[in-house]
Amino acid sequence: MRRVSKTFANGVVALDGFDLSLDDGDFLSLLGPSGSGKSTVLRLIANLVQPTAGTLHWRGDNPLQADVGYVFQEPTLLPWASVFDNVWLPLRLRGVARLDAAAAVDAMLERVQLAAFRNAVPRELSVGMKMRVSIARALITKPRLLLMDEPFAALDEITRFRLNNDLLDLWRDERFTAVFVTHSVFESVFLSNRVAVMQTRPGRIHGEIAIDAPYPRGEPFRTSPHYIALCRRASDLLAAATEASGRRLREAANG
Amino acid sequence: MADPATAQIDAEERQRLRAARLENVGKWLLPVAVMALALLIWDRIVVWNDIQPYILPRPVDVCNALIEDRALLFASLLTTLKITGLGLLCAIVGGVGLAVLFAQSKWVEMSFYPYAIVLQVTPIVAIFPLINIYVDNLTVKLLLCAWIVAFFPILSNTTLGLNSVDRNLRDLFRLNGATRWQELRHLRLPAAMPYFLAGLKIAGGLALIGAVVAEFVAGSGGQQSGLAARIIEAGYRLNTPRLFAALVLISLTGILIFMATSWTSHLILRRWHDSALPAER
Repeated sequence: MRRVSKTFANGVVALDGFDLSLDDGDFLSLLGPSGSGKSTVLRLIANLVQPTAGTLHWRGDNPLQADVGYVFQEPTLLPWASVFDNVWLPLRLRGVARLDAAAAVDAMLERVQLAAFRNAVPRELSVGMKMRVSIARALITKPRLLLMDEPFAALDEITRFRLNNDLLDLWRDERFTAVFVTHSVFESVFLSNRVAVMQTRPGRIHGEIAIDAPYPRGEPFRTSPHYIALCRRASDLLAAATEASGRRLREAANG
Repeated sequence: MADPATAQIDAEERQRLRAARLENVGKWLLPVAVMALALLIWDRIVVWNDIQPYILPRPVDVCNALIEDRALLFASLLTTLKITGLGLLCAIVGGVGLAVLFAQSKWVEMSFYPYAIVLQVTPIVAIFPLINIYVDNLTVKLLLCAWIVAFFPILSNTTLGLNSVDRNLRDLFRLNGATRWQELRHLRLPAAMPYFLAGLKIAGGLALIGAVVAEFVAGSGGQQSGLAARIIEAGYRLNTPRLFAALVLISLTGILIFMATSWTSHLILRRWHDSALPAER
């Protein structure tokens, strides 16, 4: 994404001069306070909204929706459809019949430990399980790029830790590139190899830290001094970004 | 979780369980008791005041009329039911069809929705003389009336349902390159189902009202006439027991229609929609 900006019809400048590049296999976290335009970045990448100015390229091409999986903040499942049907949906919309999709869908359900809940409807599942269905649905088309918009924000900490581990396993096995939006410093450092911190109004990248800890990362990493130190750095950068945003707002207010 | 019947529970929980059981029985028993009491009072008033049957018949007389005139009354009931059923069917087809059309284009909805409202708020009794002039066939006349009265709740509810789809789900469909038809079939129609069924519950009763009102205004007679015509006829002849009997049949039909639509709604929604779940205590 080069010099991308987005201004909404109500005059809100969500992004201005936003630069971001992704390498194959990256796990990038976008860390920032609410209203910094993190979600807008994802929606731009997914081609759900068009940039006001600037350009986006994905593998030398314009972003291809077929190559993108999207996990929303809420599980966003079809409440009337079974777990199987929810995961089948992206394939179904591409014209893949139930029988032809069954093997892939069942394998994916196995992968996210939901095989036993194949025929359950969403309201019979816990929030964490619904989120796993949502992730399985996003990955069923084997996308090269997985976009996640604060997917674990509403979960309790124990479930969140488990899903963080599961997500890293999936990322290792399926080899997709991930962009993960969050406002949790700890989550971003644990998951990613790059943390980009955003400042707000207008949203742009304030700075970036490379998380140089090796994968696989598990519980030992979560309690290691190295992890704490990295969280400290990310936290300081986030504080600086918030400070910079506040300064600009004050300047704007003073004319 | 232990079976509540055998588990050791404290006094408060036992009390709550008993209250729940009582409530379940009372839900049915109380209305029946009220009905029995009302019938008894009605009967006593007639007997003690020596009221003539053509003014106010005893409940027993109404029952007798139901049995003696059953051939006549049930033939009429069938006629009314036919109009009601067909009217409701047309209302479903027309209401859902229009709603789907509205959902395809905001412009179509903006253009035509106000006229659906006009049709709804104009009393059917006032429209009927016009229908009477332009339509010859009696069945079509009555059907048109029942349809006009019944289709609006279905149209308005289904339109609301089709338009209140979660924004993220719509994005998901866009992301996966869904066609308009796929979005309608797999997302909007199922999402509108609870709204449509709520509209159907209202429309079922309204179709009956529409059919009966239409029969009244049409003033049809002869063998093919419905229950409303029987009521008018019985009124002229001061055959009050039969009048009551026809009224009872209409009420029962309304109740049955409501129960049928409620049950259909429950069957369709029971697995996934909050409205069909038992209330938690």
